[in-house]
Amino acid sequence: MRNFLASSMLTIAAGLVVVPAQAQTVEIEYWQYIFDTRVRAMDQLIERFHEEYPDIRVRQTTFPYADYQTRIVAAHTAGQGPDVVQLFYGWLDNFVAGELIQPLSEARFPAAEIEADFFPIVGAMQRDGQYWGLPTAVRSLALFINNDLFEEAGLDPANPPQTIDELRDAAISAVKYDSAGNITSVGLTLEMGAQDHHWWREGLVRQFGGVPYDDDGNVAYDSDAGLAALEFVTNMQTEDRVGTTGFMDEGQAAFRAGMAAMTIDGTFRLGSFNSISHFNWTVAELPANDDGLRSNYASYFANAIGARAEGERREAAETFLQFLTSPEAMEVWLEVVGELPARREVAQTDKNLTDPVYGPFLAALDYAHTTRFVDEAAQRQVAIDMVNRVVLQNQSPADSLAAAAAAEQAIIDRSR
Amino acid sequence: MASSQHFTHPRMRGWDRLTIGQKRVIWAWGFLAVPILFYAIIRFYPTFTAFYLSFTDWNLLRSPEFIGTANYQRMFADAAFWQVFRNTFAYLIWGTPISLVIAFVISYYLDRVRLMHGFIRALYFLPFLTTAAAMAWVWRWFYQPVPIGFINGMLSSIGLPQQPFLRSTSQALPAIMVTAIWAGLGFQIIIFLAGLRAIPQTYYEAARVDGLGEWAILTRITLPLLRPTTVFLVVFSSIGFLRIFDQVYNMTTNDPGGPLNSTKPLVLMIYQSAFSSYDMGYAAAQTVVLFTILLIVSLIQLYLLRRR
Repeated sequence: MRNFLASSMLTIAAGLVVVPAQAQTVEIEYWQYIFDTRVRAMDQLIERFHEEYPDIRVRQTTFPYADYQTRIVAAHTAGQGPDVVQLFYGWLDNFVAGELIQPLSEARFPAAEIEADFFPIVGAMQRDGQYWGLPTAVRSLALFINNDLFEEAGLDPANPPQTIDELRDAAISAVKYDSAGNITSVGLTLEMGAQDHHWWREGLVRQFGGVPYDDDGNVAYDSDAGLAALEFVTNMQTEDRVGTTGFMDEGQAAFRAGMAAMTIDGTFRLGSFNSISHFNWTVAELPANDDGLRSNYASYFANAIGARAEGERREAAETFLQFLTSPEAMEVWLEVVGELPARREVAQTDKNLTDPVYGPFLAALDYAHTTRFVDEAAQRQVAIDMVNRVVLQNQSPADSLAAAAAAEQAIIDRSR
Repeated sequence: MASSQHFTHPRMRGWDRLTIGQKRVIWAWGFLAVPILFYAIIRFYPTFTAFYLSFTDWNLLRSPEFIGTANYQRMFADAAFWQVFRNTFAYLIWGTPISLVIAFVISYYLDRVRLMHGFIRALYFLPFLTTAAAMAWVWRWFYQPVPIGFINGMLSSIGLPQQPFLRSTSQALPAIMVTAIWAGLGFQIIIFLAGLRAIPQTYYEAARVDGLGEWAILTRITLPLLRPTTVFLVVFSSIGFLRIFDQVYNMTTNDPGGPLNSTKPLVLMIYQSAFSSYDMGYAAAQTVVLFTILLIVSLIQLYLLRRR
């Protein structure tokens, strides 16, 4: 009996010693969507973070991309949710309005430092002078070229098209038809539903001398520049016949299968294209206009602090976010996921800039724009329909452009 | 004796006083309460909530605010909604009769086939067992342009021009409807076969003794006696076509319901409003319209096909 008592006392005493030690460990939750390389990169980062900060434990929760917002909102309604959460930059207004996230503290994330160290596109995470999140990595667009098809057409893949007119000419040279005139291999993939709507909005409209949106975020592409940009895209399909929407089901499938000489796609496609073994491909910067003006579209998933994190959890969450946006984390992310570092000094090293694959994407970050989407899927649909009306229903580009501008403005107005 | 029981089991008193009939009623309601509660909580409560939400501007994130009939006004003024409305009825008006006629003809003749009857029946039923998404993707590849499209490859090889199918505002809806009809055929054939087998052979024997021709037997005996089966299938497949989603969504993911909304059914529009735009109030209003259509169509069909 005395033994029992003694051992009980010891256990309790041991418990007393252990309990305070456990209390110092803060557990926080990190949420992101399921994408194999992203999850793996985050596992590595969390492991390193645990070594550096043994008193903070990070638990990663993942869910399918399609459930993203519903999951977060459902958890929030139930009084739960992540301490650090990943979100697409375009969802910021929704997340702020829904009180799902809180602004970063100025003390640990000084705005002046962010603006000096990061690429200008992170400005999209700022509202009223406050930053609401920061990305680890960013993505931009580039022109992928199938070397074999290029050479077959008498073009030099080492000398990619430098202007949009050269791009069109190259596509005309590289497209292939069968005896009945059906396209069997496209010169350039033409998919507004994929990345082309970004290229059109932030690339072509600006290169033809316009702007897609005005400073207040209203549609501004219903202009001569917008019309020229739309005609450039639709003419390639109707007159030049360098490709058709839906060829091989989608552009990236056509390129992978070696049936597209060129396609415009993002950094996130590298993972898929890296496994191509039956032909060589190169990456080039998106072509400039005749005046040498280049423009690109960049986007990113940022990490933000969940609204529920308070006190020491908030502290821990900010420590983790600092780690996620550190040069070290960005290098891991580039290596594992293939996405570009969001800090200039990490991204624009000589090694990266001369890298034949990452170089063109990185060069784009200096002149890239981000679109303030209010409902990306619906706004993309407007662009898809704009081209379809011209290509499938022979509507005049001017009328179709005006209809698209009105439809997109209505979406923007409803969000206000 | 009765009084001693009275004292030993006071709690039994109320129950024992009931007649057998009353006890049966209580037992019946006791069992019925489970599904009734289930339906009330899982089905009816959300349905009524949807009615309420259709008058709000709920967007998942902000708490719903009452905005009157604004969602309905927006919907009825939206050209895309009416396009979708027409599409939904196109699926119903073409899909239901075509699929039922084909299903009936096949089962009518399959009923007479003795050789490998089970095997053929299984073949027809197979599509019904397959996941709609997988089927839709296979058909999607069939409809591709050359060089990978199966149908266009055949057309080209015999010198015919290739067809745009899913890339055409006029061909896309029929192209998708064909797959939906094909997918539902197996189920309808099985039900028709069961209905045909349930008609007593003696009627046919009597008709043949009286010298009736095949056509007369079909129209005077088979079809009238198949009425309950037909009613069930008409209602069932109408609801199926009015709620079509899987085939359309999976065959047009690059441009959902497109091109230019030409294939979009109401359910896909609801899905996009709710889970892509997070416009829950607007989606609820569309749901109310769908509910009303389903209700009216079902009531009309039950009235027209009722037993006189």
